[in-house]
Amino acid sequence: MTRGWQTAPSVGHPLTRVEGLDKVTGRARYSGDVALPGLVHGWVVPATIPRGRVIGMDVAATLAMPGVLAVLHQHNAPRLTGIGEGTLELFQNDRVAHRGAPVALVIADTPERAREAAERTAVDYLPEPHDARFRADHPRLYQPEYVNPHHPAVTDKGDVEAALAGAAVVVDQEYRTPPQHNNPMEPHSSTAVWADGRLTVHGSTQHAYGMARTLTNLFGFAPGTVRVLCEHVGGGFGGKGTPRPDAVLAVMAATLVGRPVRVTFTRPQLWPLAGYRTPTVQRVRLGADADGRLVALEHRASSQTSRLLEFTEQSAVYSRAMYAADNLRTSHRVVALDIPTPRWMRAPGEAPGSFGLESAMDELAEACGVDPVELRLRNDATHDPADGRPFSSRRLAECLREGARRFGWAGRDPRPGVRRDGRWLRGTGMAGAHYPARTRPTVAHATALPDGRYVVRVGAADLGTGARTVLTQLAADALEVPVGAVRVEIGDSDFGLAMVAGGSMGTASWSWPVVTACRDLAHRLASGAPVPSDGLTSTFDSTDAVGALGDLARYAFGAHFAEVAVDVSSGEVRVPRLTGVYAVGKVVNPLTARSQLIGGMTMGLSCALLEESIMDSRFGDHVNHNLADYHVATNADVGELDVAFVDDPDDELNPSGVKGLGEIGIVGVPAAIANAFWHATGVRQRELPIGPARAITSGQ
Amino acid sequence: MREFSYARARDVDAAVSLVADNPGARYLGGGTNLVDLMKLGIERPDLLVDVTGLPLDDVGEDGGLLRIGALVRNSDLAAHPLVRERYPVLSQALLAGASGQLRNVATTGGNLVQRTRCGYFTDPTKPCNKRMPGSGCPAIEGEHHNLAILGASDHCVATHPSDLAVALVALDARIGVHDLAGSHEILLEDLYRPVGDRPDLELTTRDGALITGVALPPLPPGARTHYRKVRERASYAFAIGAVAAVLVVADGVVSDVRIALGAVASHPWRARVAERELRGGPATPAAFAAAAAAELDAARPLRDNAYKVPLVRDLVVAVLTELAR
Repeated sequence: MTRGWQTAPSVGHPLTRVEGLDKVTGRARYSGDVALPGLVHGWVVPATIPRGRVIGMDVAATLAMPGVLAVLHQHNAPRLTGIGEGTLELFQNDRVAHRGAPVALVIADTPERAREAAERTAVDYLPEPHDARFRADHPRLYQPEYVNPHHPAVTDKGDVEAALAGAAVVVDQEYRTPPQHNNPMEPHSSTAVWADGRLTVHGSTQHAYGMARTLTNLFGFAPGTVRVLCEHVGGGFGGKGTPRPDAVLAVMAATLVGRPVRVTFTRPQLWPLAGYRTPTVQRVRLGADADGRLVALEHRASSQTSRLLEFTEQSAVYSRAMYAADNLRTSHRVVALDIPTPRWMRAPGEAPGSFGLESAMDELAEACGVDPVELRLRNDATHDPADGRPFSSRRLAECLREGARRFGWAGRDPRPGVRRDGRWLRGTGMAGAHYPARTRPTVAHATALPDGRYVVRVGAADLGTGARTVLTQLAADALEVPVGAVRVEIGDSDFGLAMVAGGSMGTASWSWPVVTACRDLAHRLASGAPVPSDGLTSTFDSTDAVGALGDLARYAFGAHFAEVAVDVSSGEVRVPRLTGVYAVGKVVNPLTARSQLIGGMTMGLSCALLEESIMDSRFGDHVNHNLADYHVATNADVGELDVAFVDDPDDELNPSGVKGLGEIGIVGVPAAIANAFWHATGVRQRELPIGPARAITSGQ
Repeated sequence: MREFSYARARDVDAAVSLVADNPGARYLGGGTNLVDLMKLGIERPDLLVDVTGLPLDDVGEDGGLLRIGALVRNSDLAAHPLVRERYPVLSQALLAGASGQLRNVATTGGNLVQRTRCGYFTDPTKPCNKRMPGSGCPAIEGEHHNLAILGASDHCVATHPSDLAVALVALDARIGVHDLAGSHEILLEDLYRPVGDRPDLELTTRDGALITGVALPPLPPGARTHYRKVRERASYAFAIGAVAAVLVVADGVVSDVRIALGAVASHPWRARVAERELRGGPATPAAFAAAAAAELDAARPLRDNAYKVPLVRDLVVAVLTELAR
């Protein structure tokens, strides 16, 4: 039998998305699209003060408004169990922790009527003095015990001060990144419905299993009560990694009114309720010998969190694994303010942290008179610089060399500000990148059906990444059947333990039990096991296998190269081309992998030039909370994007050999662009975004 | 969103009689700004009078004037052969605005009376003198990096977001207005009130007046025109600085010039000081720079928008230099 690329083996081939037709024809149903008989709608009444207490609410007036069924508030809401998730413990007391926090939920027969009644609900507050202004010298900054997700806040190797004192060249600079919001196209939406003693939540989530577990614990439900479904998710970027208030509100409301209830946030509501990236201030000190070899590296990062939850962005963690330095210190401080809670946003830690370190490395290259690519090659590491563990594989040098070759880096004139092309000054810049390659326990079930087809079930989520497609390919190859014979079902918490679609570890985590269960099933079928009418199922739980992994430093690596054109008169900055070269283990599907990486690179570009959530600390919220005023890159902002992979075989990861990809496409891109801006204009940009106001000022 | 009634107007008189004297009524054209504001609770009409069925959607010549119906869609106007041939600045301004989807529905008349996008105006939970007279202007001490540097007051520093209106002001456009007293024409420039202490009062027309069209006089012989817009991203963003210019140069001397600036004031800013400086003088970059600086003498930038002064100055010079080439 002749096999086309649609048949096994499928891994390595550019299979288009298996749900693509459903999406482009509108057949795909997102959580906010699910039709249910008797559905009603909840609308948040947001706090209009940044700190204080709710002392009164005219509930009777709201209940008298057209279509209103009920109002949820602190006096009638179900009592919740404290689970250390302050953002979800809604209506449990009279406290207002930040502007925009829900103080009530109005439930009505249509979303328009719910909204109108919510906006007209009169709330009396007792305001208290508040502090919403993040600053690097804030007196309440403290060193937390852990930083996200659970790294130690500080690492310290050698004697940084002594090494800096003896270094031939020192770079000591401060870098700043602004707050940024995830802004997935699909807003957060949850629909909760009770039936036959079970609660089903149609959630917009990166983690159905996690949402079910959190809701069960929060409400004190009996195990098995909650089922969360998320068949399709319209982007998350970390903002849907854990449940957000929409899920809790929908469950509370459905319980109160005894009908299915949907809570969908508007874009402005997402901003205070769904998380965002904290602003950071980073001080980076590099000491090197005259040839640019690092003798000392210190990276200190400060960020903010809310009163509800301690979340510390791990910005300095990036410097623990990137470049070799015998004396290496990293540390974090955080301050709790009266503001919305910062959470995961794509490549938390690595995205802002790489801006600090990779910008400082460019300044070191300038100071030493060493080419920036060569500088990074000279400082490549053989063991994890912070803890000494060996790498499972580390192909940074290959990425740097291949990137330089593809981009045409050789022969670059290092002088800044000397390439004029009409009104444009042109320059090039680059940066290294890494991102952790993690695998976490997951359960999967592979079922052979009597008709010769296969169903694979795993609690994954596909945020538009192609996760369902690559799992289909991996399953088909493990079963040794064409991909068309396999249907992968995801987005259901009833499928059992599963890792979140986050941290670029989805495919690495889900594929382990998928591939193992499929191989087991294929073996049983080959051994003559009969297929009963309801199918023959193999199940695998990767918990023990993941736990048995050796103690190695596991990372994907990459390198980014940027060309930038700057009009220092108008402040316009353009990026005609970006090159990204990656070592990410096995590439299951080059089409969806490339899409992930050009998406990441575009986010990096957007982060470099455009994205900034503007806090008005007098009010305690971000003023530009909509997609007209918060600029993400449009197609016109994106030039040529070149993506390539270097071979990266690694037997120390998981049966599929994948490291995960997506977030690494962002890491270092802002620094590469800022470094190219310097090469174009001769002016360093140490604060993002590099908008016209900064670009014009720098040109005068 | 407040529940509202909806009516389709039979003719212009019927439309005006439905809206005039009813402060709760609004005309609905493309709806690209009004409906957004209704969702946000900024506009809370009890009656929408849909005027899109009225016969105001033609572009045509009339005794040397180009007449543009108020309901001509932005994309149709930008593509119209007479506009492209005679008034390229207008076509350029339209295509620099919004997105393809929005331009397909947004109307000429509606574009001229769209509201500011100041973040305090569009957030009903915050003070704003334009929305709630007397409540204060948080933008002056707050977020104002893209707000006004010219003609603002202690009461409001909002900018007008239109690109189209900037080009029309440079073209000396007149608009047709229909109200209960009948029809009349005014200079577009005179449609907008200075900010003063009542930023909530934006227009000089009577309540319930309907803009019926725009009339463009012919350009002087030899005139060249251009619109250049700078924005924070390459597409789909409001201007942070924009220049519409008409320039006639004869023997190296400026014989006629009209300049309108966008994104600097509560309305398109006709740069009459600069025009006076330039008329009859040399068409050189130095003269353009001196004229732009003279105009911007009146600029009163705030903490975070001072970058607009050199931005607009350099834009004026660049556009005029290109036109004089």
